[in-house]
Amino acid sequence: MIANESYKVYVPCDTTAASVGADRVAGRLIDEAQQRGISLQIVRNGSRGMFWLEPLVEVVTEQGRVAYGPVRPADVASLFEADFLRGGSHALQLGLTSEIPYLKNQERLTFARVGLIDPLSISDYEAYGGFVGLRKAIDMPPNGIVAAVKGSGLRGRGGAAFPTGIKWQTVLDTAADQKYIVCNADEGDSGTFADRMLMEGDPYCLIEGMIIAGLGVGATIGYIYLRSEYPRCWTILNEAIAYARAANFLGENILGSGRHFELEVRLGAGAYICGEETALLESLEGKRGEVRAKPPLPAVSGLFGKPTVVNNVITLASVPIILSCGPEFYHDYGLGRSRGTLTLQLAGNIKYPGLIEKAFGMTLKELLYDYGGGSASGRPIRAVQAGGPLGAYVPAKDFDMPIDYEAFMERGAMVGHGGIVAFDDSVDMLKMARFAMEFCVEESCGKCTPCRIGSVRGVEVIDKIAAGKERSEKVEGFGGLWGTMKDGFLCAMGGMTPFPVVSALKHFPEDFGLGPNE
Amino acid sequence: MGNDSTRIAAIADKHRSRPGATLPILHDIQAEYGYIPDEAVPIVAETLNLSRAEIHGVITFYADFRTTPPGRHIVQVCRGEACQAKGGEALEEHAKKKLGVDFHETTADQNVTLEPVFCLGNCGCSPSVRVGDEILGRVDAERFNELLDELRGKEQR
Repeated sequence: MIANESYKVYVPCDTTAASVGADRVAGRLIDEAQQRGISLQIVRNGSRGMFWLEPLVEVVTEQGRVAYGPVRPADVASLFEADFLRGGSHALQLGLTSEIPYLKNQERLTFARVGLIDPLSISDYEAYGGFVGLRKAIDMPPNGIVAAVKGSGLRGRGGAAFPTGIKWQTVLDTAADQKYIVCNADEGDSGTFADRMLMEGDPYCLIEGMIIAGLGVGATIGYIYLRSEYPRCWTILNEAIAYARAANFLGENILGSGRHFELEVRLGAGAYICGEETALLESLEGKRGEVRAKPPLPAVSGLFGKPTVVNNVITLASVPIILSCGPEFYHDYGLGRSRGTLTLQLAGNIKYPGLIEKAFGMTLKELLYDYGGGSASGRPIRAVQAGGPLGAYVPAKDFDMPIDYEAFMERGAMVGHGGIVAFDDSVDMLKMARFAMEFCVEESCGKCTPCRIGSVRGVEVIDKIAAGKERSEKVEGFGGLWGTMKDGFLCAMGGMTPFPVVSALKHFPEDFGLGPNE
Repeated sequence: MGNDSTRIAAIADKHRSRPGATLPILHDIQAEYGYIPDEAVPIVAETLNLSRAEIHGVITFYADFRTTPPGRHIVQVCRGEACQAKGGEALEEHAKKKLGVDFHETTADQNVTLEPVFCLGNCGCSPSVRVGDEILGRVDAERFNELLDELRGKEQR
């Protein structure tokens, strides 16, 4: 009986899991099973998003999936000795995956399937509620689809938090012979990886969201603009699109509905600014990624001058569940004008880094300590940067603020794409401020002078402050520079780069050699 | 030369009918040669009915496209904030010192080109390094040295 038994083991194919050895662990598992004459099926799933436990190996047992981690290749033999295939006890055994508090206390709507399924299996996807939203959308009028997205309260998860349904309505109402759906998968903010995890762990969810968007606004062509720093996403997305096309979810006459939608992945080329929607469109058109003036809005005149929906990965991937469970279901999560769930990404100097999807409203403190477990170094967390390299530094005294768009804005910070990077008390805030300006020097597209030149001047001013020359005067001068950058820009890059610098100056003046009131 | 022109023209031609084909063509040329040879510029321009200046402008705008041959391996060290919070800066310094080159330079033996990168999306296991299409997490000086040994091949040990 034992000889004929077949075991199912999950080993993530996710970039982060692989970056700490998941591929080698999978290889060792196969070799070891072969040597022992055991029949083993290895499924390469997405990551559960508990990165301190990666590579996280899961075994299917009668009680459910039992987790082991972090597993090194050298641990594999001892796992077999401990009879891990039947959930045997071992120093790395973590119990049932679904019972791990970090995961259990989350509210996973958009990430419901990530880590659970084989990312490329359409039958897995459908077994866990996939394509239900699409099947409903096919029977709905375009206005009904757009109304559902509006009713859900979904706002753009890329950072700008613009109401998605209103954007779609504009595209729907603009008559044109061709419209486009563009997915912004140029996730360039440091400390963010939710887009990547979703594309690697549940690519059909994004594909389904894009098809529904196409049906909603009358677009028949979609592009996923993927950053080149994500090689695994490139492979997985292209395979998923091929399978989806073969199963008639893409292409002509989708599921016999008479509607069609084509989808293609396009690779970026290492330009942060292409995460800005108009620069992204320029890049898709084959040009330098320089931002465009708005108006016209992309919803009216976007890709190749046609009405275009440009949405972030998580925004589009949130659409299927809104259609399948209804807008009210989604709207019931969250608070105020921030509805639904937010996928927070906890990184940097933190004990338990990972992805946490929760309804809006958790405080930073809960996130950093209840989930994150404090800093990895064991020293106090001094500051976090929220919302990427253009986001403000938030000091420890503000960790009690709830994570929602408006509460953050009130305190001069932003949620952005949900990335939270923690720093302990060894951080030099002057260095971080300088880095923010240096980043802008590197990544400015060059179109607007205040951003192109202002960032260079910003680095110089900070260097002068560091050298101790006329500190207060320089800081004052910086205020003028900030004003010019903030007012003289076309996109968020120039306008927001001063945020990390100004917040660092305001909350950590001692790092700049200044007294608290200077 | 003539042979390369034919190959480049064939790559460009494959994408000719795609809207906004510039980036896909340049990516394919770089995949073939490791960089964008000068002679590609007029060929791509002609294929897409654009000016050479426009193609040159695109090549120079994007950090990925290089106009000179790189070393056998391209090693990218992440400079994102999440990596800095976990000792990324020390890793950058170590990498430069160990290889004896600055960012954007190639070792004298042509083995490694060192590049900075702004975020590999591996922020949960920082600091991160990318080699080819492989991304490594939790990289410290020791792991970096091991990586260089692997890239150099075992025979030099």
